[in-house]
Amino acid sequence: MPTIALRFSPLAEHVRTARLVAVSVARRAGFEEGQLDEIRIAIGEACARAVGRTTAGGLVDMRLCDDSSRLEVTVVERGADGEVLPATDENEDPLALALLQGMADDVSVAGSTTLPGVEERRAGVRLAWALSDPAPVTSPGVLHAPQPRQRT
Amino acid sequence: MDLSVTSREESGRTIVEVSGEIDVYTAPTLRERLNELVGAGHHHLVVDMEGVEFLDSTGLGVLVGGLKRVRSHDGSLHLVCQREKILKVFRITGLTKVFPIHDTVADAIAASASVDGAGAAS
Repeated sequence: MPTIALRFSPLAEHVRTARLVAVSVARRAGFEEGQLDEIRIAIGEACARAVGRTTAGGLVDMRLCDDSSRLEVTVVERGADGEVLPATDENEDPLALALLQGMADDVSVAGSTTLPGVEERRAGVRLAWALSDPAPVTSPGVLHAPQPRQRT
Repeated sequence: MDLSVTSREESGRTIVEVSGEIDVYTAPTLRERLNELVGAGHHHLVVDMEGVEFLDSTGLGVLVGGLKRVRSHDGSLHLVCQREKILKVFRITGLTKVFPIHDTVADAIAASASVDGAGAAS
């Protein structure tokens, strides 16, 4: 199950919303500002790419999973019927590709990838970042609760 | 979403001050503005990006397009940017070799003027 899933109409103005959601999830997962900048840029590229490739009536589908040491993001295009659209032969923008590859720890793009839960090769972008300094695992469920003040 | 583009004349150069986020949604606004300026005869541009919070590949494409347009009029396009997160976008895409990037508007104007002079002499 993804931590967060977001589906949006393929409109450029929604890409910013997707970036904000992704960065918010990453921040809560413990990523530092430098990594958040990388995540912001790569997610923006992946979603902008998907917006350009999603057909009318379809949706861009972004899923974020964090497991305390790693953030994984998949962005795929869905048609009006909700099915993931197959990879196309559309040319990749070299600037966008350079940013995807330069900003993510792991990246696979388009027909070269097998997405989780999808048997055959599909369109889409998969990105992953490792937490550079994973926080020690505390009791789950209270990760974001305020820490009680120490009495001195 | 929140992109602001203003321009002014300074020492014979057109300073284009950009602030906010340049992304797939806002980049067309920047493209239009640059096209208007070049169309109106402003061929030596200094794009001040100190106020830019975010820049994506679409924004880079607009800047490259602007560079091509001014060059077709024997013009120039210099950038002003010190923000590491924005500079990184230029480095990763190899565009630091394409754009002259300066720390201040004054530096950019000076470099623009000297390159212009050298270009005229050669």
